[in-house]
Amino acid sequence: QNDDCRTLSLSAHVGFDSLPDQLIKKSIKQGFCFNILCIGETGIGKSALINSLFNSSFEDPPSTHFLPSVQLKPQTYELQESNVLLKLTIVNTLGFGDQMNKRDSYQPIVDYIDAQFEAYLQEELRIIRSLFSYHDTRIHVCLYFISPTGRSLKTLDLLTMRSLHSKVNIIPIIGKADSISKTELQEFKSKIVSELVSNGIQTYQFPTDDETVSEINTIMNGHLPFAVVGSTEKVNIGNQMVRARQYPWGIVKVENESHCDTVKLRKMLCTNMEDLREKTHAQHYELYRRCRLEEMGFRDIGPETKPVSLQEAYEAKRHKFYLDLQRKEEEIKQGFVQRVKEKAGMLKEAEQKVQTKFECLVLMHQEEELKLEEKKKVLEDEIAEFIEKKATAELLQSQTPVSTPVDLKRQGLQKVSAYA
Amino acid sequence: GSSLEPEECSMEPPAVPEEEVPVTVAPGPVGCQLFGYVGIEAVLDQMKIKTMKTGFEFNIMVVGQSGLGKSTMVNTLFKSKVSRKSSQPGQEERIPKTVQLQSITHVIEEKGVKMKLTVTDTPGFGDQINNENCWDPIIKYINEQYERYLREEILITRKRKIPDTRVHGCVYFVPPTGHWLRPLDLEFMRRLSKIVNVVPVIAKADTLTLEERAEFKQRVRTDPQGTPGVPHVSPAQLKSCIPQIQEDLKTHAISVYPQEDFDQDPEDRALNDRIREKIPFAVVGADQEHQVNGKRVLGRKTKWGIIEVENPAHCEFPLLRDLLIRRSHLQDLKDITHNVHYESYRVRRLNESNRP
Repeated sequence: QNDDCRTLSLSAHVGFDSLPDQLIKKSIKQGFCFNILCIGETGIGKSALINSLFNSSFEDPPSTHFLPSVQLKPQTYELQESNVLLKLTIVNTLGFGDQMNKRDSYQPIVDYIDAQFEAYLQEELRIIRSLFSYHDTRIHVCLYFISPTGRSLKTLDLLTMRSLHSKVNIIPIIGKADSISKTELQEFKSKIVSELVSNGIQTYQFPTDDETVSEINTIMNGHLPFAVVGSTEKVNIGNQMVRARQYPWGIVKVENESHCDTVKLRKMLCTNMEDLREKTHAQHYELYRRCRLEEMGFRDIGPETKPVSLQEAYEAKRHKFYLDLQRKEEEIKQGFVQRVKEKAGMLKEAEQKVQTKFECLVLMHQEEELKLEEKKKVLEDEIAEFIEKKATAELLQSQTPVSTPVDLKRQGLQKVSAYA
Repeated sequence: GSSLEPEECSMEPPAVPEEEVPVTVAPGPVGCQLFGYVGIEAVLDQMKIKTMKTGFEFNIMVVGQSGLGKSTMVNTLFKSKVSRKSSQPGQEERIPKTVQLQSITHVIEEKGVKMKLTVTDTPGFGDQINNENCWDPIIKYINEQYERYLREEILITRKRKIPDTRVHGCVYFVPPTGHWLRPLDLEFMRRLSKIVNVVPVIAKADTLTLEERAEFKQRVRTDPQGTPGVPHVSPAQLKSCIPQIQEDLKTHAISVYPQEDFDQDPEDRALNDRIREKIPFAVVGADQEHQVNGKRVLGRKTKWGIIEVENPAHCEFPLLRDLLIRRSHLQDLKDITHNVHYESYRVRRLNESNRP
């Protein structure tokens, strides 16, 4: 094969410059998919912000503070703008920061993110798979809501972000930012950034390598974390219904960039959607996949430092499993044989016992028989004696005529008959 | 994708926002209306920028006997000397004893779009006395590329962008000899259409007169099914191979590109049906320019006139070019290669080791 790659100039229009358009047309047909995870305490304005960001009103009833543990609730919406169809999934964390003991608050979130990666990995590892039509549920961006305390990040924030920053793109935002004054806001933002850096937490930075967007992205990176205000209500200002929050002292307009950064966040999310998706797939997912496969025991390099393919690893595992199976089978067989032996021994013993008992009985029987014989003999002797005695008695009787009562009776009868 | 109702984005706030609220607990997609411009369509621009930056890869293979004008055809398609012959001038052209596969890669750019084009030539195909199994090296090559991609894909630490050397389209040159496909053609196309997109073309179609072509087009329109075995009416129709070829392909269940099974929607189907009617394209290749009516055109000069390659009345080369490059088919070729052919190779391969 000839591997050198030369650049060639075309003499006329060939027509493959339509390729990007072909690709886009296909993507439009397929539709886009974007998954946002919102982490923040109850009541910090997550739903309001999502509604403001996408200029919609997603139905989401307010949740209670009394959930025993953090629950994640995904909801999918289909939005259409001109010819772009977006399947948007918002995952809300319910009960975050509500428990007395917040030690395990972030674990359900980590588990959820991992579960989405796992589902994708399982699909990818399948033999007959359809990645083409797979509904991607992996989280593309995580909006982390920071409480507008004006001071610093909470321990819960640091812990949670630290456990998530290698799994998902985190964009930290300050929720309900209308409760902080402008001067405090700037200080708060810098404090947050320095705390994140000192704790080694990597948040998402908008890409600056492409000239068309690098300038604006660099500026936006400087505004992070965004201070957002969301509102589900609209206020009538000068004959227009504008999304805003009305206070007795004034109106905070959500779409006004000098009031808050909500519009900036929306712009950045939309213009960097593709980059967020790509980072999720090429970086976070690959990392998860690598760890998971290594966990399962697969290796890229075999024992002789020869590249081992996943397939061979499958094969080796299957072989090992088969051997294990065989070994277990042997064990069970041995165990069975052992038990049979034991039982046979037991039976033999029992048989022995029965035998001895039988012999014993026979002996007893014989003894009894002997005894009976003796008794019989004794009895026979007695009978013989008695017969002798009887014979002598009869002999004596026949010799002496003694008026027996029977004779007297006869005499009596005769007398009676004589008188009659 | 579940059923969706396309809703228009309106700039003024609607009277009643219509939303479908799912009744069940399971979260299903809810159609929502946007009250104002959000800017989601910016994602299209990003896609464009990204693809322009990464560029495209396209790998094409040309198969056919020597002398059918394959190299010329590829040069004509890409308007430059991309074929092996042109890139390595001075090499003596000897018909090799066995089928060889030679690839050559070029990077071409047009209006900011970069394409890495690899053309794989197959000299020696069909040239031997005994051509049995001459498709084996080709099948082996195609499967090797799938294997390469598969190995990259199942690595634990894998590249961000896996280099794609898989053959996206195989152009098969049928000589304009008979009215039926030869056994070699049938065998080859039957085997290959299972693992790669095959586009059959009738080479050197300048040997077919206009009447003959008109006749078979007529025949196709009035009797598209055709009946095999029906004797031809006139000797002129001896050269009318297209409907017979279509019939042949149908009889042998050979599915060439664009495959009917992969039509995605009625619009696609209508477009592809029109293409399928004309397949195989009768093409003429030429890489020399001539002067016709004051214009410079690509064509072949003969004693009886100049055959203009780009003239649809002269030959169907523009149709082939549209199919392979323009419109939506280049991306389509790559998608079918990736989603269908590569996946079935992968299934075969992973199942292979299952058997003890």
